[in-house]
Amino acid sequence: MTWLAWRQFRTQAIIALGVAAVLAVFVLFTGPHLHHLFETVVRHCAKHNDCNPVTSNFRRLGHWGNALSILVILVPALIGVFWGAPLIARELEGGTFRVAWTQSVTRMRWATTKLAVVGLASVVTAGLFSLLVTWWQSPYDSLSRSPYSTFDSRDVVPLAYAAFAFALGVALGCVIRRAVPAMASTLAVFIGVRIAVQQYLRPHFLSPIHIVTNFVAPGPSTGPVSDGSGNGWSISSVLKNAAGKVIGQNGGIGPNGNIDFRGLGNGVVKFVGVGTCPNKFPSELRSGGGKTAQGPPPGVQRAVEKCVDSFHLKNVLTYQPGSRYWTFQWIEFSLYLTLALALIGFSVWWIRKRIS
Amino acid sequence: MTTVLEATDLGKSYRGRWALRDCSITIPAGHVVGIVGPNGAGKSTLLNMAAGLISPSAGTIEVLGATPGASPSQLDKVGFLAQENPVYPGLSIADHLSLGSHLNPSWDQEFAHDRIRALDLNQRQRAGKLSGGQRAQLGLTMALAKRPDLLLLDEPVASLDPLARREFLQQLMDTVAGRDVSVVLSSHLVSDVERVCDYLIVLASSKVQVAGDVDDLLAMHHRLIGPRRDTATALANQHVIEASHTDKQSTLIVRSDGPVTDPDSTIESISLEDLVLAYMTKAKAEIVGNQGSDS
Repeated sequence: MTWLAWRQFRTQAIIALGVAAVLAVFVLFTGPHLHHLFETVVRHCAKHNDCNPVTSNFRRLGHWGNALSILVILVPALIGVFWGAPLIARELEGGTFRVAWTQSVTRMRWATTKLAVVGLASVVTAGLFSLLVTWWQSPYDSLSRSPYSTFDSRDVVPLAYAAFAFALGVALGCVIRRAVPAMASTLAVFIGVRIAVQQYLRPHFLSPIHIVTNFVAPGPSTGPVSDGSGNGWSISSVLKNAAGKVIGQNGGIGPNGNIDFRGLGNGVVKFVGVGTCPNKFPSELRSGGGKTAQGPPPGVQRAVEKCVDSFHLKNVLTYQPGSRYWTFQWIEFSLYLTLALALIGFSVWWIRKRIS
Repeated sequence: MTTVLEATDLGKSYRGRWALRDCSITIPAGHVVGIVGPNGAGKSTLLNMAAGLISPSAGTIEVLGATPGASPSQLDKVGFLAQENPVYPGLSIADHLSLGSHLNPSWDQEFAHDRIRALDLNQRQRAGKLSGGQRAQLGLTMALAKRPDLLLLDEPVASLDPLARREFLQQLMDTVAGRDVSVVLSSHLVSDVERVCDYLIVLASSKVQVAGDVDDLLAMHHRLIGPRRDTATALANQHVIEASHTDKQSTLIVRSDGPVTDPDSTIESISLEDLVLAYMTKAKAEIVGNQGSDS
């Protein structure tokens, strides 16, 4: 039975091997040079932020990084669509399951062998792509702020994505019984699940850490400040008033995200989106505006700070620390692998009981 | 006499609709059996159940003394050619033969190669490019190379043109002749069955209408043409299968267990086609009658 499973899969396997070979040649050709550049030059100059003259080669190669990451994200989807969905559906559609099931192997052996051969190939292929790209990208990744920014295209999760996509394709193929609709719905469901997990589940794999800080009025010299999440994954940063109500996000207030003071006359100033300042402002703040970024005179700046302090605003940062990266990789890996096994179990049951 | 297929109250329903119902049938070994019946009579359902491809919703079926498709050894004893003669379009003829040799312990590769050569087919050709007749021949070759005890052919010639149809059936007969194999084939055309079968089963309205040795059936059935009469007053030991009347005369097709003697009528023998049509008409009339009484 392994012979038939392999014979039917041969062409697809050769195509995948071809693509993997091209990637491997690129990675093995440019990778050592890249790592050498990083170890000898970039690692040191990056600390002082003066890499510009020496690393044009390093940066030029880096342009490939996005393409490689996208490739690793695409591979599981392609596996689900082109290997998983047609695996059973094409046999049902073309009636060839009647040929296969009337040879001297039981349909359970037929199904499990096919699933094992192509399923294993799916995981190995995704693993190969992830391994090559993760290694090639590691110099850039070590310079990036957070490992979570490339979470989906590195390390172990692509293997589980591939297992899940394959199993999803097989299951939908069994139920839909026609290859092309099964392929289309596999792609749609796979994308839907990936987005849903990333948006709604992954942030809560472990309880995120909250950091509460007092909101201070931005001064004229305030540059971009670190939000405090370090190399972690910042999930949200909200501004709350004294009553605990969310009044802004990412350091801004209200729907426009501005920090806006408006003179109402007679030194009375409104802190837009928060309330009216209890203190009087010097006359320099004219009616109609005066945004902090324009650099107000020192008297006004002090009045602004006093006003802001009086509202006791709190900045609440919610994030997953960088130290949890591997825990998250394995949680997501296990999640998708569990889904994959459940779908495989369903498919085998369906082939045994429902296709009859 | 041993049986190759034994079904008892066999039924199969799809989403509440019965494709085959209350089918009890015994097929003896050593025959070339033709199952004829109109489209939708359940022939295909019966053969697919016999091959183990679908499982019954009701009743039981045993093929060669075991549940169809239950074990590799049972599968090994049954050769099956599915309706429409499916093949793997991307695989060559040689691949199909390799498939057979890898999946069947009793596979006869020499026979398969010889037969493909005799059919003048190129082994390297992709099966997707074969004509309907060639696909059927490839399927039959695969079914025969298993050296089965029972060969099940589901409408093997339905998609073939008349010439290919005749060739296929002729070659089937030539190949089967010297072997110890029982054959069950289905068709909606009596002419196909008449050419090759020595045992007939008429399946209509998912019920076995009549079954038996072709020669016996022909000897038992007669057409009586005589003065007009009421069919209810049929003669003893005769069953009226079909009756048609004009003002003056009645034409009856009857089954009789003994010799037919009817001084008032002309007694004719009937063709297999007439016999099958008579039973199909009867089955249809019963359906209409049942529906009439239901409403």
